[in-house]
Amino acid sequence: MERTMKLPKRVASMPLRFHGGIVALVVLLVFNALFTPNFLQLQTLFVNISQVATIAIVAMGMTLVIATGGIDLSVGAVMALAGALAPLIFLSDLGAANPALGVALAIILPLLVAGLCGVFNGVMVAVLNVQPIIATLILFISGRGIAQVLTNGNLQTFSNPSFSYLGTGKILGLPFQGWLALVIACVLFWVITRTTWGRYLLAIGGNERAAFLSGGPVRRVKIGAYVICAVLSGFAGLIVVAINSASDAARNGNLMELDAIAAAVVGGALLQGGRAPIFGAILGAVIIQLVKYTLLANGVEDEVALIAKAAIIILAVWMQQLRRT
Amino acid sequence: MNALVSMSGIEKSFAGVPALSQASLEIEPGEVHALIGQNGAGKSTMIKVLTGVYRRDGGSVVIGRRESDISSPRDAQEAGIATIYQELNLVPLRSVTENIIMGYEPKRLGLFVDWREGNRRALEVLARFGIDIDVTEPLGNFSTAIQQLVAIARAVSLDAKLVIMDEPTSSLDASEVEVLFGVVRELRNQGVSVLYVSHFLDELFQICDRVTTMRDGRTVSTRNVSETKKLEMIADMLGRNTDEIAAEGMTDFAGAKAKRGDILLRSENVSTGPRLTHFDLTLHRGEIVGLGGLLGSGRTEAARALFGVDALEDGVIELDGHPGQPSGPGEAIRKRIGFLPEDRKAEGIIPDMSVRENMTLALLPKLAKRGQIDFEREREIVDAFISDLGIKTAHMDQPIRELSGGNQQKVLLARWLATEPDILILDEPTRGVDVGAKREIQSFIRSYVDKGFGVVLISSEFEELVEGADRIVVMHEGRSVTELANPGITENILVGALAHHDAGADTWNAQ
Repeated sequence: MERTMKLPKRVASMPLRFHGGIVALVVLLVFNALFTPNFLQLQTLFVNISQVATIAIVAMGMTLVIATGGIDLSVGAVMALAGALAPLIFLSDLGAANPALGVALAIILPLLVAGLCGVFNGVMVAVLNVQPIIATLILFISGRGIAQVLTNGNLQTFSNPSFSYLGTGKILGLPFQGWLALVIACVLFWVITRTTWGRYLLAIGGNERAAFLSGGPVRRVKIGAYVICAVLSGFAGLIVVAINSASDAARNGNLMELDAIAAAVVGGALLQGGRAPIFGAILGAVIIQLVKYTLLANGVEDEVALIAKAAIIILAVWMQQLRRT
Repeated sequence: MNALVSMSGIEKSFAGVPALSQASLEIEPGEVHALIGQNGAGKSTMIKVLTGVYRRDGGSVVIGRRESDISSPRDAQEAGIATIYQELNLVPLRSVTENIIMGYEPKRLGLFVDWREGNRRALEVLARFGIDIDVTEPLGNFSTAIQQLVAIARAVSLDAKLVIMDEPTSSLDASEVEVLFGVVRELRNQGVSVLYVSHFLDELFQICDRVTTMRDGRTVSTRNVSETKKLEMIADMLGRNTDEIAAEGMTDFAGAKAKRGDILLRSENVSTGPRLTHFDLTLHRGEIVGLGGLLGSGRTEAARALFGVDALEDGVIELDGHPGQPSGPGEAIRKRIGFLPEDRKAEGIIPDMSVRENMTLALLPKLAKRGQIDFEREREIVDAFISDLGIKTAHMDQPIRELSGGNQQKVLLARWLATEPDILILDEPTRGVDVGAKREIQSFIRSYVDKGFGVVLISSEFEELVEGADRIVVMHEGRSVTELANPGITENILVGALAHHDAGADTWNAQ
């Protein structure tokens, strides 16, 4: 009885803005179906999925950090760093001699480095009590710098089909990174709703002192959130490099922090913390991607698309305010 | 003479819960008027109604001769009412002068701040209180006392007719208090009225002319301080007759008492800082030990030390005979200690989470198998507590913020009972809950102790302590000074023990 009652209650109490997000998505889809040429074609779906996946992956990590009441500005820089490392590894002598090992290391090591960036952010915030926006500003500035120093500021092009699978591979006809984003979402959703870590994450965002006095491992959980966010950013960085078969440390992940925050907020994350709508983040990412695509496909310039993005954020924040009062 | 401020028949409710009913307050020009009462008596609500922070539901506020239409702190300032809050609302990084003249800067050519004139004014206004400091230095370089005086100076420079001081001495040392008192007397000499809110009754005898006492949102008395004894004030605050000794139980603590068992907890000479300098306590199985004392006597700090929140500077805490303070709340819970904090909103509930999630927060480690929450057990436990404690909630997934204060408190009590602690530390467990819930909570505590566990009970309500505790450790200025044992404790004995150790005890003995 209790069990069966659970789901409807959840749905009923789901935030209004989530419904608002779905409405926005439907409006966008209908508009495109009517007015955008060639919208209802598989090719369009592929393009959008492969582009939205990176935003979605980073936005999910951002959602976890925002759930603790924090923010991570360094995601774009971490993408650049991870993306710069990968070609260096599989193009090295070792990587050339052992292609399989090279590709494996080119994925594992950058993710490890990304994870260390997350540890740095997390320790700054949770142990040294630096404000998240300042703490993550450090890597925001220096991360991309390190990436450019590593690559001497050059564009690194390569041809490595097995690594490029990350960005160009297909499973059941759909882009690999789309599946990856979906798997990550399911895992994170499970973690948030089913594990003590997830419960503590939301409790810390909801009332950190209460969580601490109830024995919650506040530091560990916060550091964990920053590490997951950084590792996911690293993943996104690798995917971008794989899509392009080139690593451009200056552009990889540029302005990603803004897209990710926007997607998380549109998806229903509250900046003061306490809420982690993982699928909301994906929805937010999809909306942002679709708006971009809609405007581009209809001949509106890129610069105008930026303004449209801002409008979406204003709308999302406004809806959050509506709900609170 | 016409009263400067006259508030009468004031009504104010929050979400249907009355905070003030038929409250009144009258302040004469040039008098120092004390406003006292226990926590939750309505003092700060009254002040906020007067200063326009809250809009009153009923009653009238007359300032001078006019009905007041103050609806914002800015209006209050223009009407000549200045409030000096505990948390000062000044800018520590800017100079003393800037803080005093902010918003009213003297201008040169109508555009540039005339600093020479500004400094002169700042010096002049400070000099009126006998303070001579470098006004060009940042305010933050000075002590809290000086900062407070600067706030007062600012108020006076704005031609305040009434200065409201909310617990002005709580963070001052003895010599600073003397300086502040000098300033208060100076204000009175200049014809400025002062509304003085304080928990330290002895101070009132030194500087106040009249005292208004509030209880449960009502004004119970206004007395001339020179004709009043401290015991009478306390009696007014508590709503008890000083001569009366309660013959029968008024709380639901009374009942079969368990046999006192082994020692659960011992603290010896414990110190965590200036607010807790020497704390001794022994807690046995099956007993409730109360911590008695006025606000700021170190009761909460003692609880935080036992729970491992504040690290020890000195002394020993022994649990079950093993020395060692818990390293933090997590370890304290593993060592079977529970701590219900005083401030339900700031330290207790997680407002957006459900009743279920709030209740099992401290229990999570025990509810999990390899990090995964056992939802079935969680729901069973929560269900049991909801029916055992009679928690009124639509369902266990209702957000806790939608519950009444009493029911929220029951959920938090359940949070700790669920961890089955040996030692439960309760800081003001019945504050701000209605009478019915209060009695229920008290009886849960008693029946818990009867099972052979130990409780440390902190309460500002003497009645609750006297009737609930098997022993009371009396605290004063961060030290445990006496211990009283039941049966035989009366409120008078407790009040006597508190007063006896009060610094200014001579003041009222001499009356």
